[in-house]
Amino acid sequence: MTFDRKIEDAGLTRGVSRLTPQRIEDTLRQVLEGETGAKLKLYAETCMRCGMCSEACHYYMSHDGDPSYSPAGKVHQTMGEILRKDCKVTPEFVYQMAQIAYTECNLCRRCVHYCPLGIDTGYIMSTVRRMCHKLGVTPQYIQDTAHSHAATMNQMWLKDDEWMDTLQWQEDEARDEMPNLRIPLDKEGAEIYYSVIAPEPKFRTQLIYQAAFIMNEAGVDFTMPTSPGWDNSDMCMFSGDFEMMGRLKKIHFESALDLKVKKIVMGECGHAFRSIYDQGNRWDGWDMYPIEVVHSVEFFWELFEAGKIKLREKFHEPITIHDPCNIIRGRGLMEQSRKLAHALCDNVVEMHPNLEHNYCCAAGGGVINCGPPFKNVRMKGNRIKAEQLKATGVKTILAPCHNCHGGLEDLVHYYELGMDIKFFGDLIYDLMEKPEVE
Amino acid sequence: MNSIYAFVVGPLAWIAWGVFIFGSLYKVVSMYQLAKAKDGSSLHYMSFKYGMRSILHWLNPVGTLGWQSNPYTALVTFVFHLCLVIVPLFLMGHVVLWDQFFGITWPTLPDTIADIMSIVFVACCVYFGLRRFLQRDVRFLTTGKDWIALAIPALTFLFGVLAYHQIGNDKVMLVLHILCGEIMLISIPFSRLSHMLFGFFTRAYMGSEFGGVRHSKDW
Ligand code: HEM
Ligand code: HEM
Ligand code: SF4
Ligand code: SF4
Ligand code: SF4
Repeated sequence: MTFDRKIEDAGLTRGVSRLTPQRIEDTLRQVLEGETGAKLKLYAETCMRCGMCSEACHYYMSHDGDPSYSPAGKVHQTMGEILRKDCKVTPEFVYQMAQIAYTECNLCRRCVHYCPLGIDTGYIMSTVRRMCHKLGVTPQYIQDTAHSHAATMNQMWLKDDEWMDTLQWQEDEARDEMPNLRIPLDKEGAEIYYSVIAPEPKFRTQLIYQAAFIMNEAGVDFTMPTSPGWDNSDMCMFSGDFEMMGRLKKIHFESALDLKVKKIVMGECGHAFRSIYDQGNRWDGWDMYPIEVVHSVEFFWELFEAGKIKLREKFHEPITIHDPCNIIRGRGLMEQSRKLAHALCDNVVEMHPNLEHNYCCAAGGGVINCGPPFKNVRMKGNRIKAEQLKATGVKTILAPCHNCHGGLEDLVHYYELGMDIKFFGDLIYDLMEKPEVE
Repeated sequence: MNSIYAFVVGPLAWIAWGVFIFGSLYKVVSMYQLAKAKDGSSLHYMSFKYGMRSILHWLNPVGTLGWQSNPYTALVTFVFHLCLVIVPLFLMGHVVLWDQFFGITWPTLPDTIADIMSIVFVACCVYFGLRRFLQRDVRFLTTGKDWIALAIPALTFLFGVLAYHQIGNDKVMLVLHILCGEIMLISIPFSRLSHMLFGFFTRAYMGSEFGGVRHSKDW
């Protein structure tokens, strides 16, 4: 088996330079024996190598059927090889398995719809990442976000005062439009605790502005927390640093419980949602989240249904809608997302395949967070998505997930699709009735 | 030859069935113990309702994205497994043996039908073999273990058919057939064929996660 697509990455190179065969063997064995069990064993044994899953994967489809990109093919080159060699693999192999696991699989689980035996390739690739994390072989950019999580409890190295300042600054800005607008901080007993991912205050402050505007206009009793725990994002879940993943979810839930709020509403994010209903909660020993968590898509739809948001007009241009894996395949919000889309837009054009069967954006699973060295992996690896978008013939895409935005924006530029990408929040804010300001 | 035949239908058959039954029990029980010890965060989500929902959908050869995307392989897989289960259970030659040894009988398939099904089965094996050899993604995944898993049932049926049609030395073919059948029984708990024991569980688990946690379908 030759691996001819090695990409230089400072984090991977540095990590691999510190490995010895003994350390690799011990670490891999420790993960296999200590952290995996019947699930991995059964997947390894029952996968019939039938190749039915190949066509599920956007990487495989975009690389003209190159078998090394098929789901089972990626397992074959990583976990399969580890099991066959009984953990005796070389540092060079570790580099390769890290590159495959971190950048050539989005953990999107589309392949689950294809495998007759129910093999969860996402879980296997996640376990490979766990091994890489324990070996200290992680791509530099995603590791930086994991370090930030560990040092500051948020993903973007934001200091506590910067966070608070940002909220107050957005409150100030929004008051030009709505003089009584408030972003109540640390309000005990509020109905709703609104949480965002750290890239919002860092790069996308307008999202905080819009959310505050919508909730004020709808008369929602909400609060935003100022102490660590406010950031619901979780790159550690993707880097394989599960201990940190557990700490992040714990502090997030605890900060909401401390404020005695009724529920958490989170911004339009996919992976943060996954970490509260699927992975982080389990690490902390919770069956499900200990306090109700509602995704913005559901939340906005509830506001609509209750008549709390009134539209000035609908969006008239044709628009298509992307189904983020972590909220659709991962959490079944297709019904709400469609109702909301149709409530806001006159002409929703479906892309195909859609709903649970939608193709991933190739940014998810932490792949976009592996940074510039791997951008082309995402671009070349998702031609199929570009073709799918193009086939809709429309100029606007709705995508209720930050990562999807990043990924789709890159694809739109790379394949020159000339499309615009919007959050639900963007549309609602643009189209809603706003109070007159003298 | 007769003493070899007596040996393979006698003691060796006992051994094969013993290994198959007790080996399978051992595998299933030990896997369950391991799951209880190490996979609590997965086992906890097992749900009968969603597990069955998933299994039933996947038993429909046109009911899932995977089957729909691979229509020929789906068809061959269903035919292959149906023959695999039905022929040995309802073959006259087999039921006669049960009658002879234990005095129990049940309805049998007409020999011609069983014969046709067996030949179709061998053809399915040829399809799988060609696929392993010719289709790029499948070839990439194929290891020795997969060839073994395919060869054992293929040879069992092939020798069975040859014996029935008395092609070659029929006594030899019959002994070879029985021998392969016994190897198959023995290898079910310990090879890739163990998917017979575990396939429904992995399916049910995925169904439980998708139904109960992810609120979406896994087909
Ligand atoms: C009764 C429960 C069983 C279930 C649910 C099951 C299911 C499956 C599935 C889903 C596949 C993959 C599909 C494909 O390759 O096209 C498969 C393949 C296969 N099965 Fe089974 N199976 C069962 C029993 C058995 C038994 C008892 C045997 C043989 C003793 C067997 C032999 C095989 C072989 C050889 C293949 C691989 C075909 C290839 O080379 O691609 N199966 N099975
Ligand atoms: C303990 C193991 C087995 C014994 C003792 C045994 C015995 C026999 C006997 C006596 C025949 C009749 C041959 C004839 O009519 O001339 C036969 C035929 C056959 N057996 Fe078995 N068998 C065994 C296992 C199996 C297994 C596990 C399979 C398949 C999964 C199988 C598939 C067949 C087939 C396909 C035929 C030929 C059917 C035909 O073409 O009409 N046998 N077997
Ligand atoms: S990217 Fe998605 S479809 Fe491809 S292997 Fe990973 S989980 Fe499966
Ligand atoms: S993961 Fe499933 S679909 Fe893919 S080769 Fe294995 S058994 Fe077949
Ligand atoms: S970024 Fe969006 S499409 Fe991509 S994996 Fe995440 S949720 Fe899925």
